[in-house]
Amino acid sequence: MAVMTGSPTTRRISDLNLTWTDVGPFLALAALLVAGFLINPDFLSATNLANVITRSAFIAIIAVGATFVISSGGLDLSVGSMAAFVTGITIMFMNAVAPHAGLWAIPAGMLVAIVVGLLCGLANGLIVTVGRIEPFIATLGTMGIFRALITYLTNGGTIPIDRSLRDAYRPVYFGTVAGIPIPILISIAVAAVASFILYKMKYGRKCAAVGANEDVARYSGISVVKTRTIAYVVQGACVAIAAICYVPRLGAATPTTGQLWELQVITAVVIGGTALRGGKGHVWGTVAGAVILELIANLMVLSDFVSEYLVAAVQGVIIIIAMLIQRFSNSK
Amino acid sequence: MSIAVNIAGEGGSTLPCGDVTGAVEPVLRAERLSKQYGPVTVLSDVMLDILPSEIHAIIGENGAGKSTLMRLLSGYVEPTGGTLSMAGHPVKFTKPSQAQDAGIALVHQEILLADGLTVADNLFLGRELLRGPVVDDRTMRRLAAEKLAQIGCFVSPTALVRDISLADRQMVQIARALLDDYKVVIFDEPTAVLTGGEVERLLEIVLQLKAHGTAVLYISHRLDEVQRVADKVTVLRDGKMVGTYPGRMLNQMDMARLMVGRELAALYPERTGASSDIPMLSVSNATVPGYAEDVSFTLHKGEILGFAGMVGAGRTELFEGIVGLRPATATVELEGKPVHFHSQRAAIDAGIGYLTEDRKGKGLLLQERLAANLTLSALDVFHPGLSMSRGREMDALEKAVEAYDIRVKSPGAKAAQLSGGNQQKLLLAKVLLTNPSVVIIDEPTRGIDIANKAQIYAFIHGLVARGKACIVISSEMQELIGLCDRILVMREGHVTGEVSGAEMTESNVALLATSGPKPGPKAKGGTEWLS
Repeated sequence: MAVMTGSPTTRRISDLNLTWTDVGPFLALAALLVAGFLINPDFLSATNLANVITRSAFIAIIAVGATFVISSGGLDLSVGSMAAFVTGITIMFMNAVAPHAGLWAIPAGMLVAIVVGLLCGLANGLIVTVGRIEPFIATLGTMGIFRALITYLTNGGTIPIDRSLRDAYRPVYFGTVAGIPIPILISIAVAAVASFILYKMKYGRKCAAVGANEDVARYSGISVVKTRTIAYVVQGACVAIAAICYVPRLGAATPTTGQLWELQVITAVVIGGTALRGGKGHVWGTVAGAVILELIANLMVLSDFVSEYLVAAVQGVIIIIAMLIQRFSNSK
Repeated sequence: MSIAVNIAGEGGSTLPCGDVTGAVEPVLRAERLSKQYGPVTVLSDVMLDILPSEIHAIIGENGAGKSTLMRLLSGYVEPTGGTLSMAGHPVKFTKPSQAQDAGIALVHQEILLADGLTVADNLFLGRELLRGPVVDDRTMRRLAAEKLAQIGCFVSPTALVRDISLADRQMVQIARALLDDYKVVIFDEPTAVLTGGEVERLLEIVLQLKAHGTAVLYISHRLDEVQRVADKVTVLRDGKMVGTYPGRMLNQMDMARLMVGRELAALYPERTGASSDIPMLSVSNATVPGYAEDVSFTLHKGEILGFAGMVGAGRTELFEGIVGLRPATATVELEGKPVHFHSQRAAIDAGIGYLTEDRKGKGLLLQERLAANLTLSALDVFHPGLSMSRGREMDALEKAVEAYDIRVKSPGAKAAQLSGGNQQKLLLAKVLLTNPSVVIIDEPTRGIDIANKAQIYAFIHGLVARGKACIVISSEMQELIGLCDRILVMREGHVTGEVSGAEMTESNVALLATSGPKPGPKAKGGTEWLS
């Protein structure tokens, strides 16, 4: 090798060298839509699709937060029970202030939801980072705590939202703007903000660095504790936003709210192309993943092939298949 | 000094070694061995005769095809052309276990041991001894202790691999290759993580194997080792064979020339300008619990200060402590101002850059783009606003690629796609992007080839010429002597002495590193010891 092998080419390349991980979730989504249409043409009707995507909004919003946590090398199993907990606190707060504040109880309640969500996320984050406890165990613990707290607060039953607030709050889930259901708009907004943070802001770079290799991040002067804690706080905020959308849907908090959401959330993130061991997060892939999950559930209802009681089983199979695909594409 | 050897490199001219080969049948023979990945030829037409009781060294720059050749010979990769034969019979390996069964063992360059298992477990991993249906731990432990003692390694067979030193791990790995009576043992850069005495021990093992009738293939960047033990030397360059030469015919300069294919400029650049008396960084009574105790030194503006010592002397840990990567106590003054670093961030912001010795594990995000790696330490300085600027990053990468001669195929490449030398240059560029006034470089040239080494030395000289100050930690004594103005030697966490000027000789440094007086708790660093 001579000392000069020609000057290296430094021409600009576009960042658009797409990989299978980037486009895979969207191809899968498209394939699913085609398959759905073939099975039952009603599937592609605007009403049905709008319904399905609206229902997927909770999971999508929470999963966007989970993309932060997983990208930074963490995991959060507590999201489902945290959602139930936040929903419960929010409804109780709204009910308590409704007689005095009237409809102002709704925005105040939303604010409370956000604050409670942030605090829950902060608690998870601090236990994992400062307490140095494996994310799996730490959030398994808080999952139990949140679930028990909501069961305790509801006394095992349900807390319905105050009648005086119900109609005013309804549009947050059932309303539309320009024909698009509000939950869909909210999840798009959440994903847009999240992708700006992950791809355009320094925090996103730090988050991916911490997830890809904690040591490299530390040796590069990045605070692992701070970066990871923030990811959990973002997760808490996303859970709170999802809870705000969820309250008018049922109009009540129950001990079973949000059950198995953690499975769906993690599945959405993994289908979306984010590696479970951390690294680059795929926000829009996650959103696609959440929609895919709900579409499959919907297809199972619309078709007669598989009992709808098996929805969770199918979702379980999907996460395993998604992990296998990641495994094989990595071993290349 | 140099022996007349055909070094111009006109094709693969193999010197006649007939007198050596004689009538002995090669235990392993490669004929026209080639490997292509798609259109890329990484190795072509390699001819090798490996004889029993012979140490055959393979040398070449990074990317010359040494590792590929070793992988072909030990069954990790299948050749796309050529044949292998053992004792006259053609053989074909499609997986490593076949090569092992045929009597070929490979000692990997990287440590491939299970951290959570014991030394004995690792030694016998995959070939556990059984007594009836149960694993015979007692015998395995006894045999493990015996084998390790044979090669001068005295770790307990029941110790967990995670708890033993890097050098001991390497010894365990070597012991694995000695467990059976292999016909051919291949060492791939075995001394990269070893220092001084351990290298000696390893070379003894190699000679023992030879005496025992085993053929040894020895790949190393350290030409002094090659010169000492090799009976034959095969030189590879750009995937082709330059030739096979009797070891005694080549000195180190010859080998280097054959590898590079041109006259080597002096490896160490001439020192321009001298260091000043202005203190840049002064550290007193630095203690890193468990690793270093009561270390004091002063680094001057424009100075290159070396830290020598064996692996485990506490050099890396000392500096990790000083820059805030581990808990430590020290009184540190930077340009006359007292400072204390709770985190690496604080050290970077104050103007101290630290290049880790572990560039793959701690230095670079291998799966990330070069630009993202380059700016990782300097994100806040580099992107003062809310959002990052891709354009500015690419500009910085273009500049770094040019300034540090980083050879990249495309600027969108990932760090993993760079060779070791280019990764090291990228790491240097990354740390220098934070504009430090003091640069601490831990093992600046570990595992990289000569041409890149020379460049990195030149960069280090460039740094101090621009008024920065530099600390170099290295296990290669020649490197420190060639590069530094002064060398501090550490042993077991203490500074045992300081050498400078004409006193900087390998024997002085080695003496201090291995048997220097360990000062009492109150004694100062024993700098007068040599004078």
